[in-house]
Amino acid sequence: MQITVTVNGTGYAREVEARLLLIHFLRDELRLTGSHWGCDTSNCGACVVWLDETPVKSCTVLAAMADGRRVRTVEGLAHGDELDAVQRGFAECHGLQCGFCTPGMMLTARWLLDHRPDPSAAEIREALSGQLCRCTGYENIVRSVQWAARHEAAARAADGDDAR
Amino acid sequence: MQVPAYVEYEKATSVEHALALLARFGPEARILAGGHSLIPMMKLRLAQPETLVDINGLSELSYLTVTGGELRIGALTRHAQLLADPAVGGQFAILHDAEQVIADPVVRNWGTIGGSLCQADPSEDLSAAFAALKATMVIQHPGGSRTVPARDFHTGPYETVVAPGELLTEIRIAIRPGGGSAYAKVGRRAGDWPVGAAGAAVWLDGPDGGHIADAGIGLTAVGAEHFAAAEAEEFLRGAPATEDSFARAGQIAAEHCHPVSDQRGPAGYKRHLAEELTIRSLRRAAARAQNGA
Amino acid sequence: MSATNSAYGPVRRKEDARFLRGVGTFVDDIALPGMLHGAVLRSPLAHARIVSVDTTAAEAHPKVRAIITGEVLEQRKLAWMPTLSQDVQAVLATDKVRFQGQEVAFVVAEDRYSARDALELIDVAYDPLPVVVDATRALDPGAPLIRDDIAEQPGNHIFDWSAGDPAATDAVFAAADVVVTQDMLYPRSHPAPLETCGAVADMDPVSGKLTVWCTSQAPHAHRTLYSLVAGLPEHKIRIISPDIGGGFGNKVPIYPGYLCAIVGSMLTGQPVKWVEDRSENLMSTAFARDYHMHGEIAATRDGRILGLRARVLADHGAFNGSAQPTKFPAGFFHIFTGSYDLQAAYCEVTGVYTNKAPGGVAYSCSFRIAEGVYLVERMVDRLAAELGMDPAGLRMKNLLRPEQFPYTGPTGWEYDSGNYPQALRLALDLAGYPELRREQAEKRERGEYMGIGLSFFTEGVGAGPRKHMDILGLGMNDGADLRVYPTGKAVLGISVQTQGQGHETTFAQLVAQELGLSPDDVEVVHGDTDRTPFGLGTYGSRSTPVSGAAAVVVARKVRERARLIAAAMLEAAPGDLEWDGGRWQVRGDPEQGRTIAEIAMAARSSLELPDGVEGHLDAETVYNPPNLTFPYGAYICVADVDPVTGEVTLRRFVAVDDCGVRINPMIVEGQVHGGLADGVGMALMQVISYDEEGNCLGGSFMDYLLPTSLECPSWELGATVTPCPHHPVGAKGVGESATVGSPAAVVNAVVDALRPFGLQHADMPLTPANVWCAIQGRPVRPDLAIK
Repeated sequence: MQITVTVNGTGYAREVEARLLLIHFLRDELRLTGSHWGCDTSNCGACVVWLDETPVKSCTVLAAMADGRRVRTVEGLAHGDELDAVQRGFAECHGLQCGFCTPGMMLTARWLLDHRPDPSAAEIREALSGQLCRCTGYENIVRSVQWAARHEAAARAADGDDAR
Repeated sequence: MQVPAYVEYEKATSVEHALALLARFGPEARILAGGHSLIPMMKLRLAQPETLVDINGLSELSYLTVTGGELRIGALTRHAQLLADPAVGGQFAILHDAEQVIADPVVRNWGTIGGSLCQADPSEDLSAAFAALKATMVIQHPGGSRTVPARDFHTGPYETVVAPGELLTEIRIAIRPGGGSAYAKVGRRAGDWPVGAAGAAVWLDGPDGGHIADAGIGLTAVGAEHFAAAEAEEFLRGAPATEDSFARAGQIAAEHCHPVSDQRGPAGYKRHLAEELTIRSLRRAAARAQNGA
Repeated sequence: MSATNSAYGPVRRKEDARFLRGVGTFVDDIALPGMLHGAVLRSPLAHARIVSVDTTAAEAHPKVRAIITGEVLEQRKLAWMPTLSQDVQAVLATDKVRFQGQEVAFVVAEDRYSARDALELIDVAYDPLPVVVDATRALDPGAPLIRDDIAEQPGNHIFDWSAGDPAATDAVFAAADVVVTQDMLYPRSHPAPLETCGAVADMDPVSGKLTVWCTSQAPHAHRTLYSLVAGLPEHKIRIISPDIGGGFGNKVPIYPGYLCAIVGSMLTGQPVKWVEDRSENLMSTAFARDYHMHGEIAATRDGRILGLRARVLADHGAFNGSAQPTKFPAGFFHIFTGSYDLQAAYCEVTGVYTNKAPGGVAYSCSFRIAEGVYLVERMVDRLAAELGMDPAGLRMKNLLRPEQFPYTGPTGWEYDSGNYPQALRLALDLAGYPELRREQAEKRERGEYMGIGLSFFTEGVGAGPRKHMDILGLGMNDGADLRVYPTGKAVLGISVQTQGQGHETTFAQLVAQELGLSPDDVEVVHGDTDRTPFGLGTYGSRSTPVSGAAAVVVARKVRERARLIAAAMLEAAPGDLEWDGGRWQVRGDPEQGRTIAEIAMAARSSLELPDGVEGHLDAETVYNPPNLTFPYGAYICVADVDPVTGEVTLRRFVAVDDCGVRINPMIVEGQVHGGLADGVGMALMQVISYDEEGNCLGGSFMDYLLPTSLECPSWELGATVTPCPHHPVGAKGVGESATVGSPAAVVNAVVDALRPFGLQHADMPLTPANVWCAIQGRPVRPDLAIK
């Protein structure tokens, strides 16, 4: 069947089997290998991407279900050459070690900050509770998101000052 | 990662179209909503439907409204939407308590209420929550629709009364005065299926709301028939809303369930949880009812 | 070298750039022209004869290109391969299957979905055999014989091993005021890195060169082993470990899937990719632990610990694939003497076969030190309870004192350095220990139950001296090579392979520090056997102690070579130069100095050099560590327990680590954080259990539970620094410390909380059911099917 999916702003029309999982469509068909997979039972969250502005586990969504919709992956997180505040937070606060869970973590963090610009540590942990990390013990991931939140708040305040 | 077997696919453009597709493709066709119950089964090849009827485009099935003294939940409503809705949380706190501990936030973004109910897993938290609330399911078929009490919706593990060619479209809960509800779950870890869980809804009257006019108790993962503790409810009707009543109700609920030992725990422990969590959710439900919460 | 220009410190990681953008290269990211996909058919039964394997239908699938069975491999003498423990393991089963999930056939197809479909078309007929999964029954007379492939195999017995002085230990126990005994299980666990294992094998039919991209923690060892096993010339094999999504010991062994992918590539003439599912990872790859332990501790009435005894039944699964140095079949378990001043100790370990997956040494155990530490720290707490002594006080009374170092323990370990009381005091301060005990007492009055659990550990890492330590005859030395290019930029080749530990940054810091460069000027190359020196790879926390030492040694060789060239540049005698601030300069005339960059250019220029001095700044070394290193730590866990439901909530976790000199404290802390999460997981939820038929009950992440952000508290870290006396920069390594030390702290906390209920011990994992059953006095065995 023919599907058309917009990924990181670009439309892709492809012929796929109905059973093709969205994660495989992104990785194998579109060669966007930044999203990963790590389990068989929708538990690990390495595959998290945005589907129509909402984080989903792309291993549990068919590519066909994304027909006509928009997907955002880690490759679409940066703003051109400039890293997103979430990415910078992860770099500053050592929020990644092996890097395998990182794309999914960052995309959920980005969504959280878009909806809740000043989350508590508990809220951050809750938002990420469906995604496993084997390396970091989560503490630095929380700090990375907090860094991004603070940084964006400061930027907003500076913009506010500029506007005045 | 494991991957599904070959399957055909159709996208429904309306409820009528969905029903027509189900009729056309027969009993080996399955409704695809959020897919978060069905697709995992397909990946493990425990489910191998021939055709998927994708209803994600049917936005008319996604709603949360209060109409005619009832909360009406469209079957395509996502778990996250139910959890985020303040009207739901205000009227039926049990649903928020339960949603908070179902799966994880990302899965809740896409999984649907209808999908979870139709999967009919004996450990599905919402089945017990709706049983406690004495909800009603609305099932559409080509000729019209029928309603089925939540307690009659499930006929066994992974089996419901939704026949091939039918579609669950709505869940309705009557809003009655003096109500309060709560859900309590024990799991081995956040997001795990319950080891045991109980939900309670009480409707209180009398001076100081100290009298139980009606009660609903739902039990998850402990082999309770129709996810409900009917004998315990019978005991509570007309009883005072006291610790003694809750304790006795807990005992009765535990006596009438049939938990099975597995790696989550031995049957004796699960039976103990049925008792303790019934008590805790009754206590909380009554307090909420008394505080007008 | 002055501290102000030190290259050590919390330098941000160089490797992050690609991971943050999602452009890392993990094995499943690799796509080569014409690449095919492999899938493994696995046995559903735990023990059965193979009657027949019919691949006709699968071969007829239009997208299938090759099918490999045990019979096909037998023709190439590849049906069996050596394990890392001098046993053999079936690559594809021929006579029978010996654990559920064992590899039976391999399909090569055009895409991964077709490969999976084709598996269902292979028809295998099995004749079931009786099963044994309970290690305590494996040696019963009449127990099913698993390894009938080994001539004269004595039932399911693999080895007996012991360490220490049994007579001296018996005497100490006989004379002791108090002896406490405890059985405890360290259940079968699994490292479960987020990325599963896999390989892309590409045999070039024209050149005969085999390239294998592989999730390997030890690429050189794999290369040598493939050469020995498959008869391929070693110089025609290239193993590339690209980015790896976590290893934790799971990615040390060679797995049948890798070999099948290689054979698949040989048969089809095209690259073949094989990446396993999560269920395959959990059911068939290197598991960890599975030690049934009996501990005994002897002490005086006033709390002087005199001796320790341990008897262990080690479940090795169906093949002994445990990865530890050859002379140590039970790894370094005999460090179970811990951090205390003992008069005597003795341990015995018996290894047995069962119908389960092979493995044993994995998951950051530092070669069974995790098991030993758990045993001693539980025994110390048991003793404290028996004596009515505070567990912190009991430990403080018995910890080795700084003046006792270097200390040789009763089982032969030479601990080289440590200030144990200092670390424990710091942990107690950070935790606010007296306040916690007060709070605990208050809460007990109110019927609320909190517990405080301690764990003090010493581990021995950085294997190791080649005289004592080899893996399959390959001595555990590691190499490093360093080249400084004419513009003063350096490239360091190391044999260890990072799976997230940050080698690209910390090793650059090590070299930068020695040569006065910026870490940005040092490129670290790892993982590709064509581009790096030989070594035994990354596990057992050996990167910093061994390869790190090699990197420092090779940098110092380069620096010494630079001295000779600088002397030529400055027309001075080499002995008149001193190294200061990143330059070789004339003593007493600092204006006369040259940086490494200047010297590098001069080395390659037309500058006349004295006889015997070659024009380059390159060097290599193979580092033979003189001893292990001994990182240690003091951990304190605070837990709240609901005795009615059995639920455990971890409120706080304080971890003080001493890993010697800390090259990059940010990375060190990250390593500790990750290991502490392992402790939470193992103590509260992780177990791979089996039912009586040998069905694996932990074959998915729905059943094998791993801790999330919600179960892990916000870690509170502290540090002390006692430099390692023999390491060139005093570093010890830290990668496994927290995984080794933390489980006992969690278990001790839960048992401490439930002391009013008479609870003395409960086995991991402390799930709500297990806790509640333990309180009732009816504990369950979490490693078997719960009835």
